[in-house]
Amino acid sequence: MFYREAGQFKTSYKADQAMFPIFQDKIFVAIWLFIGFVVVPMLANEYMFRAIFIPVIIMALAAIGLNLLVGYCGQVSLGSGAFMAVGAYAAYNFMIRVPELNPLICFLLGGLSATAVGVIFGIPSLRIKGFYLAVATLALQFFTDWTFSRIDWFTNYTPSGSIAVRPVEMLGVVFDSPMKKYFLCLVFLVIFTIIGTNIVRGRIGRAWMATRDMDVAAEIIGIRPVFAKLSAFAVSSFFIGVAGALWAFVHLGSWEPLAFDINLSFSILFMVIIGGLGSIVGGMLGAAFITLLPLFLNQLPVWLGINISTAMISHLEFMIFGALIIFFLAVEPLGLARIWQITKEKLRLWPFPH
Amino acid sequence: MGFFVEVLISGLMAGVLYSLVALGFVLIFKASGVFNFAQGAMVLFAALTFVRLLDILKDTFAPITLALIITIAMMIMLAMAIERLVLRPLVNQPGISLFMATLGVAYFLDGFGQTLWGSDIYTLDIGIPRGSIFILESVFEGGVLVAKEDLVATVIAGILVVTLAIFFQRTRIGRALRAVADDHQAAQSIGIPLNYIWVIVWSVAGLVALVAGVIWGSKLGVQFSLSLIALKALPVLILGGFESVLGAIIGGLIIGSGEKLAEIYLGPYVGGGIEYWFAYMLALGFLMFRPQGLFGEVHIDRV
Amino acid sequence: MNDTDRKLGPTILQVEGISLAFGGVKALTNISFEVKEHEILAIIGPNGAGKSSMLNVINGVYHPNAGSITYKGNVRQQMKPHEAASQGIARTFQNIALFKGMSVLDNIMTGRTLKMNAGFLAQCLYIGSARNEEIEHRKKVEEIIDFLQIQSIRKTPVGRLPYGLQKRVELGRALAAEPELLLLDEPMAGMNIEEKEDMSRFILDVNDEFGTTIVLIEHDMGVVMDLSDRIVVLDYGKKIGDGTPTEIRNNKEVIDAYLGVSD
Repeated sequence: MFYREAGQFKTSYKADQAMFPIFQDKIFVAIWLFIGFVVVPMLANEYMFRAIFIPVIIMALAAIGLNLLVGYCGQVSLGSGAFMAVGAYAAYNFMIRVPELNPLICFLLGGLSATAVGVIFGIPSLRIKGFYLAVATLALQFFTDWTFSRIDWFTNYTPSGSIAVRPVEMLGVVFDSPMKKYFLCLVFLVIFTIIGTNIVRGRIGRAWMATRDMDVAAEIIGIRPVFAKLSAFAVSSFFIGVAGALWAFVHLGSWEPLAFDINLSFSILFMVIIGGLGSIVGGMLGAAFITLLPLFLNQLPVWLGINISTAMISHLEFMIFGALIIFFLAVEPLGLARIWQITKEKLRLWPFPH
Repeated sequence: MGFFVEVLISGLMAGVLYSLVALGFVLIFKASGVFNFAQGAMVLFAALTFVRLLDILKDTFAPITLALIITIAMMIMLAMAIERLVLRPLVNQPGISLFMATLGVAYFLDGFGQTLWGSDIYTLDIGIPRGSIFILESVFEGGVLVAKEDLVATVIAGILVVTLAIFFQRTRIGRALRAVADDHQAAQSIGIPLNYIWVIVWSVAGLVALVAGVIWGSKLGVQFSLSLIALKALPVLILGGFESVLGAIIGGLIIGSGEKLAEIYLGPYVGGGIEYWFAYMLALGFLMFRPQGLFGEVHIDRV
Repeated sequence: MNDTDRKLGPTILQVEGISLAFGGVKALTNISFEVKEHEILAIIGPNGAGKSSMLNVINGVYHPNAGSITYKGNVRQQMKPHEAASQGIARTFQNIALFKGMSVLDNIMTGRTLKMNAGFLAQCLYIGSARNEEIEHRKKVEEIIDFLQIQSIRKTPVGRLPYGLQKRVELGRALAAEPELLLLDEPMAGMNIEEKEDMSRFILDVNDEFGTTIVLIEHDMGVVMDLSDRIVVLDYGKKIGDGTPTEIRNNKEVIDAYLGVSD
């Protein structure tokens, strides 16, 4: 009964093409925004901000970015960690080398740097069909690992090779407390979610999906597959680069190259798969799931009162992630987002399921 | 000059191992079109299983043989499980889904292997001679220093490759495998059971992984990083072509020697450690000029 | 429907001496024919005669080894499929080539791609030109949806539709580009009689209402004879006949090679 589409007639194409054509969806989004901006800040404590909300939100941003590439355009990247690193280190270098730049601008420049790097690595591999992008992005991953640990210029010659930054200041606010940081990240997420949603429902998004579903047919109606793939990769890299800058400056505060290694790349890919390929909401659900599961697994033995070594827990985590990936790909490629949708459809019939 | 040859040879020896891992990739890609990211995890899993069984069975009459048999049996079981739980449910899905599923397999295997067998560094000694010898003393002054285990490894790898070649060319199953590689549907229509073929191919790939894991493990110790080192086989594939056995072998040798030479001769100028990414960059550069690889075929899309 | 008084325009497409080979296999040998504006031309021939290859050459998927194609006065030997699209050539496929993950509406909207040009930033924000453009093209697409009578399934993912409807959606996607030359590769394969009748009517209506030139491949002789103004017959990659349906029906070589056995 919560969801009723019946009786909502659209009288113009404009109404039908709105972001949330169903009235209940509008309410739902409003409720989520209310929870995000009002309820959570009222209830959460510092630990929850730091350990849960901030990382989940930033990862959601990265996962949405990667989903544009993997879910909408059908190309796999194993280099999300590298793009986050490029975003973070580029933002850092802009900030210290051009001090008059606003940090906000630096973050966006970080994202653009990730785009530039992505395009350079994408051109040779996206020209050809197949799994070349996966290998190329893996190359980028190893290359950035090396670059940011061996070339001291990028770390401004700090002796340890790690970077520590002061809390960022934007528009007169110093984002030093967990709650302020949370708001900053949330605003970024909301804006980028809107942008992502707009892109995928328009011409560009359709070109991406067409290329994903059948590139030969796409080309015959005038879509250039190479251009579609490259643009998806560029936009995706931008999202992930910005997420990287946020991750470094807002979440970590101080970091070293290891913070952006290949495991991060895999994690973000897993968020996309488990959350749901080709779904913006999926990116968010996946980010929450993948970030929270390890926390949960670490707590579980304590709650159950059994003693398991941390190494064992980390192995179990590997197994669970691996099994979930296979499960979702085989059984529910649309991931948690689809389960979410099914729940909504059930709600539509509730309380009379038949 | 002697030093150059020494570096070159040690690079070629490392390349043999890349070739072995790449060979596993190529077998699976040819027969099932799956880009198997889990090949590295299979190397680790096989090596871990083997080294731990060796320890458990050390008081029996023939520990190496027994451990080998049991490990091979486990790799076959693994192939069956993958066929049943991963390939079959995902048949007819786009290649990208299968690729990501093998990522899941890789993660699962890494976790499972270490849960089952522990995650320390295990030394593996199956009697491969150690130490170094000088060869080519008549050609270069002072000769060239070569590690004995590298020589043994090369011989073993060579034998494996020849065996596989014979298997593919001469046996009935081998011919069926090649038929499947050429055209899935056609193979099915003349009565070659696809599922059965997949199990065999993945088993053979598991066997290749075991050989690679044992050789590598006795060189470096059996440890988690084996799973990552095996990723070096990916550039080999770009170089050699995804579907070419010969390409895997030649590509492995090029990558192995290329990265050693680069590290020694270019490394000092940029701060060292370029071995870490050189292979990948070499492969990407290559991609610009010959996308299908050294021995790959150009495919024509049918619409 | 092959009324001779219907106005045919000048030659829109001229195929001259096209040969195509894959490795050693000859798919097409020295094929020449021409298509006039507003014409419906059928290409027939047994399986493997090179019919689909011919369409693939026309819209740039395959590049011929010899010969040239003159389209609207421009001679060219090689072109990319998207260039063909931008010159007004649209196409459907023998094995349906829809975008399975997308809805009917989105599939047909992709056909409008070349006619849309809102900037990237406008699309990110869905403002101004991007929004107006989406709505304006949506109107056009709705006209096609009405024309093909698929209103009720416009939001269904195409993967869930039955075969006949998928064929119709594919035609819709091609029409959305408002092509001057429409290539149809077995538009009625696998359909029952009713569906075939519907599809035939759509094809004739497209030809009539929009003046679109149509080149189609079809196996059903009845349909071909009814629909087409002219027929080109291929056999083993060679042209063995070219003429009006009546001429083809009486062509000795064609009867021997094709009609005789099939009927």
